[in-house]
Amino acid sequence: MRAMPGSRRRSALPGFGPALGFTLFYLSLIVLIPLAALGVKTASFGWDALWTTVTSPRVLASYRISFGTAFAAACTNAVLGLLVAWVLVRYRFPGRALADALVDLPFALPTAVAGITLTTLLAKNGWVGRYLEPLGIQVAFTPLGISVALVFIGLPFVVRSVQPVLEDLEVELEEAAAILGANRWQTFRRVLFPALTPAVLTGFALAFARGVGEYGSVVFISGNMPMKTEIAPLLIVTRLEQYDYAGATAIAVAMLVVSLLMLVAINGLQSWSRTRQRAV
Amino acid sequence: MSQSLDWNAALPARARPRATADPRWLRLGLIGAALVFLGLFLALPLAAVFVHALGAGLAGYAAAIVDPAARSAIWLTLIVAAISVPLNTLFGVAAAWTIARFDFPGRNLLVSLIDLPFAVSPVVAGLIFVLLFGMQGVLGPWLIEHDIRIIFALPGIVLATTFVTFPFVARELIPLMQEQGDEEELAAISLGASAWQTFRRVTLPNIRLGLLYGVVLVNARAMGEFGAVSVVSGHIRGRTNTMPLHVEILYNEYQTAAAFAVASLLAFLAIGTLVARSLLEWRLAKQSAHDGAEEG
Repeated sequence: MRAMPGSRRRSALPGFGPALGFTLFYLSLIVLIPLAALGVKTASFGWDALWTTVTSPRVLASYRISFGTAFAAACTNAVLGLLVAWVLVRYRFPGRALADALVDLPFALPTAVAGITLTTLLAKNGWVGRYLEPLGIQVAFTPLGISVALVFIGLPFVVRSVQPVLEDLEVELEEAAAILGANRWQTFRRVLFPALTPAVLTGFALAFARGVGEYGSVVFISGNMPMKTEIAPLLIVTRLEQYDYAGATAIAVAMLVVSLLMLVAINGLQSWSRTRQRAV
Repeated sequence: MSQSLDWNAALPARARPRATADPRWLRLGLIGAALVFLGLFLALPLAAVFVHALGAGLAGYAAAIVDPAARSAIWLTLIVAAISVPLNTLFGVAAAWTIARFDFPGRNLLVSLIDLPFAVSPVVAGLIFVLLFGMQGVLGPWLIEHDIRIIFALPGIVLATTFVTFPFVARELIPLMQEQGDEEELAAISLGASAWQTFRRVTLPNIRLGLLYGVVLVNARAMGEFGAVSVVSGHIRGRTNTMPLHVEILYNEYQTAAAFAVASLLAFLAIGTLVARSLLEWRLAKQSAHDGAEEG
């Protein structure tokens, strides 16, 4: 049903010129020109300065922490998000609608609120932290705490990627598998899981990309110890507060390059997911 | 976020045959595990916001909110949202009309560029505006000469917020409009309607619910944005502090109850957003069921 290529359609509906013009103008003004400033500044600081900053131990450690905790959180979300999507789509139980609505909470709740709340809950005397303390598990102010915050932030990405695909899956496929003698686990592993893989991966990538750049929910719970729990976005802020613009820019450019590569990967995954969905 | 609103629409109407139904113990186990996880990670934090907000009693709660610094933060947050939400909505409609209704070279590239702000860390989003308009920025000297303040002032906060919330309305509308197709609009045009009449009488009613949800979502994100705004605001109390920044300051000053009191206002905003989403989704499901019945 999407607009087909062809000059007849293009001429039949009005407004292409003004709409495209405004879209490009606004896109340039808000996004492209400001991003170009980052390129201009990087060039003026020089590539050597950039390389020296990015390869310094403290910056490398912050990348390791940002990417490591985001990866761990995205893996957790891939498993638990699939579980939540499965339960919400396949089972009827009291409170289902409420649980479904609640999944979007991390999209709607400001990250700073999430940050102070999770920190308060997981601190030694917090509602949850006080039960973990005797077990010797410290969550607040450790990399584990950062991952917990990122699991919160990333959960809706996986659930909302998987849910529509799961809803569209034909029951006949599972019936066929059952008739051919597969048990439920075989059906899930051989029939359902391959069909869901692109959606799970898309959700994983979205959650990972969001987690790498996340600031508000992490900065409170991380404790911000250099080399241990200092995330890359926080290091950018620290450098800015010291008026080290070249340093802040260098850290940001490296992060941006990785983010753009991830965006390309996500777009690829999403189109794979769509073709899969259509094929099934 | 890129999906359309009909997440709940397709519940299987007939009972599932026994061969593909999960055993009872598995069903209950999975439901239990999912609910424990959602309860611990989502419901408990949400409840904690309100309990901690009342940590200093109702009087303390009220005092934290009517405090002059809090009032000015609330006011600033409302002003910023009142500027960036309409701008991004206008853009979203124009971009969706361009992308969903016309085919042109570079269309996929345009879609990717619109998504770009999603891939940028909020802190980097703030940084680019500092590099452009800050004292040592590309345009810094010129701005100082003309006595124009953008960074550490309202324009910078609005720009950073607009950048971060840029894709939401467009991402909501594009799949919706592609799914609806352009037959009705073509019919209106061929019957002699003007472009504006077609948009107002045909397109707008069709995309109404999706547009409304996009606006609700942009609004929640605009009011709650922290990282980008934190970089460009300068944290001048009473002048450039938005609500999330005010929460941060109170929390770092160990005024926990006051921090959670202001945070609870933002949590109400989040709950309102979720309720609006559920209502709109329900209306959308009803609308498409109605349309389907008409066609059939």
